[in-house]
Amino acid sequence: MFKKILIANRGEIACRVIKTAKRMGIATVAVYSDADAEALHVRLADEAVHIGPPPANQSYIVIDRILDAVRATGAEAVHPGYGFLSENPKFAAALAAEGIAFIGPPQGAIEAMGDKITSKKIAAEAGVSTVPGYMGLIADADEAVKIAGEIGYPVMIKASAGGGGKGMRIAWDDTQAREGFQSSKNEAAASFGDDRIFIEKFVTQPRHIEIQVLCDGHGTGLYLGERECSIQRRNQKVIEEAPSPFLDEATRKAMGEQAVALAQAVGYTSAGTVEFIVDGEKNFYFLEMNTRLQVEHPVTELITGIDLVEQMIRVANGETLSLTQDDIVLTGWALESRVYAEDPYRGFLPSIGRLTRYRPPAEVAEATRAVRNDTGVFEGGEISMFYDPMIAKLCTWAPDRAAALEEMRIALDAFELEGIGHNLPFLSAVMDHEKFAAGDITTAFIAEEYPDGFEGVTLPEPELRRVAASAAAMHRVAEIRRTRVSGRMDNHERKVGSDWHVTLGGAAYDVTIDARPGGARVTFADGTAHEVEGSWTPGDTLAEMSVDGAPLVLKVDKITSGFRLRTRGSDLEVKIRTPRHAELARLMPEKLPPDTSKYLLCPMPGLIVKIDVAVGDEVQDGQALCTIEAMKMENILRAERKGVVKTIYAETGDSLGVDDVILEFE
Amino acid sequence: MTILDELETRRAAARAGGGARRVDAQHGKGKLTARERIELLLDEESFEEFDMFVAHRATDFGMQMERPAGDGVVTGWGTVNGRLVYVFSQDFTVFGGSLSETHAQKICKIMDMAIQNGAPVIGLNDSGGARIQEGVASLAGYAEVFQRNILASGVVPQISVIMGPCAGGAVYSPAMTDFIFMVEDTSYMFVTGPEVVRTVTNEVVSAEDLGGAATHTKKSSVADGAFGNDVEALAEIRRLIDFLPLSNREMPPVRPFYDDPGRIEPSLDTLVPTNPNQPYDMKELILKIADEGDFFEIQKDFAGNIVTGFIRLEGSTVGVVANQPMVLAGCLDIDSGRKAARFVRFCDAFEIPILTLVDVPGFLPGVSQEHSGIIKHGAKLLYAYGEATVPKVTLITRKAYGGAYVVMASKHLRGDFNYAWPTAEIAVMGAKGAVEILYRDARGDADKTAEKTREYEDNFANPFRAAERGFIDEVIQPHSTRKRVARAFSSLRTKRLQNPWKKHDNLPL
Repeated sequence: MFKKILIANRGEIACRVIKTAKRMGIATVAVYSDADAEALHVRLADEAVHIGPPPANQSYIVIDRILDAVRATGAEAVHPGYGFLSENPKFAAALAAEGIAFIGPPQGAIEAMGDKITSKKIAAEAGVSTVPGYMGLIADADEAVKIAGEIGYPVMIKASAGGGGKGMRIAWDDTQAREGFQSSKNEAAASFGDDRIFIEKFVTQPRHIEIQVLCDGHGTGLYLGERECSIQRRNQKVIEEAPSPFLDEATRKAMGEQAVALAQAVGYTSAGTVEFIVDGEKNFYFLEMNTRLQVEHPVTELITGIDLVEQMIRVANGETLSLTQDDIVLTGWALESRVYAEDPYRGFLPSIGRLTRYRPPAEVAEATRAVRNDTGVFEGGEISMFYDPMIAKLCTWAPDRAAALEEMRIALDAFELEGIGHNLPFLSAVMDHEKFAAGDITTAFIAEEYPDGFEGVTLPEPELRRVAASAAAMHRVAEIRRTRVSGRMDNHERKVGSDWHVTLGGAAYDVTIDARPGGARVTFADGTAHEVEGSWTPGDTLAEMSVDGAPLVLKVDKITSGFRLRTRGSDLEVKIRTPRHAELARLMPEKLPPDTSKYLLCPMPGLIVKIDVAVGDEVQDGQALCTIEAMKMENILRAERKGVVKTIYAETGDSLGVDDVILEFE
Repeated sequence: MTILDELETRRAAARAGGGARRVDAQHGKGKLTARERIELLLDEESFEEFDMFVAHRATDFGMQMERPAGDGVVTGWGTVNGRLVYVFSQDFTVFGGSLSETHAQKICKIMDMAIQNGAPVIGLNDSGGARIQEGVASLAGYAEVFQRNILASGVVPQISVIMGPCAGGAVYSPAMTDFIFMVEDTSYMFVTGPEVVRTVTNEVVSAEDLGGAATHTKKSSVADGAFGNDVEALAEIRRLIDFLPLSNREMPPVRPFYDDPGRIEPSLDTLVPTNPNQPYDMKELILKIADEGDFFEIQKDFAGNIVTGFIRLEGSTVGVVANQPMVLAGCLDIDSGRKAARFVRFCDAFEIPILTLVDVPGFLPGVSQEHSGIIKHGAKLLYAYGEATVPKVTLITRKAYGGAYVVMASKHLRGDFNYAWPTAEIAVMGAKGAVEILYRDARGDADKTAEKTREYEDNFANPFRAAERGFIDEVIQPHSTRKRVARAFSSLRTKRLQNPWKKHDNLPL
């Protein structure tokens, strides 16, 4: 076995590989850019080598830098993780030339699967079901229309070198096919410098389901079941699960066998993933093969019990797989939520900054439940602008899907993450979405169910009551503590009452609290009662409560006369007052948030470097208004619509906070 | 009607204030009545009213025809979480809350009792001003209140909540109390109102712009904070009272806490960025040191380059003063100097220990600063720290440059515990500036400048030069800050220190 391996990656995947290597007794080498000098993967590895400045094209994807690090440390093998150099055949070749093992497939397999058109041809030859389409080069729009007609509409027009939705068009008739061909071609030329275009059948009700394969260099090829990755936002996977709630055993077997056939057709070794698109009738078509470890591999590990990284290392070391297809048994259900540093309330804008709080739920591995969190960050760490905004991959496992889903809901509620914007509320919302819970999903799920973006969750009435009951019990505990302050008048202490009025999320409840050891019975005005239990004490930022025996996990911030509570994707301002105080509070006028549409507000804490307009200027949509320096980056704020500058409130050199007014339009 | 019934009838009449119509009008403005406010401020059923039946004695302008019980102010005492406080609450529904001779006498009575018995005075201000019909008698009333504000200052905490108009001479009573809070949109304070301003200076300004909550919390710094409405304001005043000692005879309150004093915060090890010019949020450090992350900030919206407020350590109140690198790089200027000096003096007057968190690159340079008197204003903070005899724990997180180093509760100003993080740089100035002065002839020689800068950094950009001289008692790991600071204050509970006898000091005003 290797004595030492180098991980040519960063973040959670580097940490993930290090973990397995440690367990196998293999020494590890991390590489890092300037931005990652204090990163978790550097802390976890036995050695770390600096490889350059923060941008990946000057560090993590510079083959020579990695090779230098390999030579300097004497690593015998390199695990590339995903992204960066993982699917770069030149990297595999360069390592081979140095006699260093690449923990991944051979160069030839990477090359064969690296091009969309080539890979499709090979797949078709290997007997893999492919989307009906035309593989050859298409000369002009006329030919495109002709081919589209032969395939049958709808068709998808795609750039050969495409990805991320660029150079991709859907056509439902000849006119659209003609237009789509031209615009795809232009876009492809501009984006990829490669204007080759192909056309294929557009699959309706598509699901993204992929097969994990594992092959050794001795002729053994296995499939480790599938992963469903249909929950995507702009082709970025958000939630994955294994198995798929859609497949039956026959389809799984067919897909698995075809995936292995493809892998073996290209002489594949190591772990790889064959992606399929599956339509509403369970017809499946080959999409592409990812010749690396996938981000979402943990869900497969959780249902198969196989450590894929370990298998990759063993295969790279020339070992024969000790498993047969019969050993691959899918047990239970696993879900993965990708926690991203993206603000769901602001159109999923990436958010960078310091993680002032990072407390993921505790990892557990029990007979009936498991929680796993793969991460590359730590509390006090920094989410930088240079890399992928993924913070963690939170996985849960349980014997069945409903139970795994429930574990995930609780785990998301217990995930404490502050300092940056993140998508935890959105993930919670999806977990509670009826269609998702029923497994009724397609790759268009997010676009269709959240067409206007995400605006938070409105909890249903029964859930609001559970939160209200917990909040009332917690508030009473906090108020009683306040009465135990020193210096009070003996024998004339404040008595904390049992009647309270709770307002939250537009609802209001009168409740009576009957304290019990370790909890309280909270009775609502209509007579219904809830048994609240929990060990929350004032100051705890997480309340792990139980209401009528069912868990309720709340993130807690203290506010005046109550709490800000976050649970199940909702963000609630909860006020708990005595009935009399509540009566007086009702006399207070409702203050509408000020209309800020006429103002330019500072979106981040920063320094005004330049103001580009003067009072009276007429500005156009998109015109630069001012430049703010934040985190050493200059950000140009632009006009969202036409307008005339009425007043400028800030000056160059001013240091502003979030939502401070910079200028006002007429 | 029995005599007992008559009491209830009279009480009911007094409690009705200015009558249903005026009460509705008060509610219509988004304001509560004087008695409703007291209900929100004090513990349930703890309020005992004084002078409910006091009526004015004026006879001019037909005043003898209308003599409502209470005379436009509700006074008395009660408890906040069981602790004694005195309160007066002006009743806008009676003569517009205007201050008469008897109205003033009621306020003076509870102030006298507060001073005698050692308990805070909380004033809820909502008054049209002087009772014009009474003339000089009303002015005399103000003066009596002012005199008591002055005598009570430093003896018992005085808190003013402006919950309606407060104009003319009336402003000077709150002005001399320890804290002023305002209610957004319904309160304003000014010496002369918008009409007078327009007549005299031709400036056109609204009452809100002239003296509303935003003006006084952000521009003038007259107010220490503002709240959304009466209910929120009074709930937060209760929260503040929980932090404050009842008088200068008592130690700050202690209450049970649910936070390990030895709590380790590994994230603090990465709080200070590697780049010395990159800001970070000092409030994160405050919240991570404090019990339960509970911080009551004073003057949040003014002079953001310094942060002041109250936290608890091991359940006991501590005042915090911290440079904020996020604003103006955390430098000291006129506004931050005045803000922090007043806060430090409040803490010292009431035996509240002071925690100072230092990251200060120096004083803000500039013509306007110099012309506006940064010399004397800056000296206020220096003076306040040097004079303070309460326990003083100081932690330098990063920069402590020049005179500002000395000002920020340095060892030389009788700091009891002066800690530094390993990232601290205690020097006369930053390396770049120092090299420019020390090696004038090297100007233009980039290599030499760089070399000398590095040399200076190696020598001074660390806490050890200061530690060698004992100016820093101990260099501590950031993650153990809460534990170290809590232990330090714990050891100082028995501190005794007295300044030489003087009639009073002569702070550079």
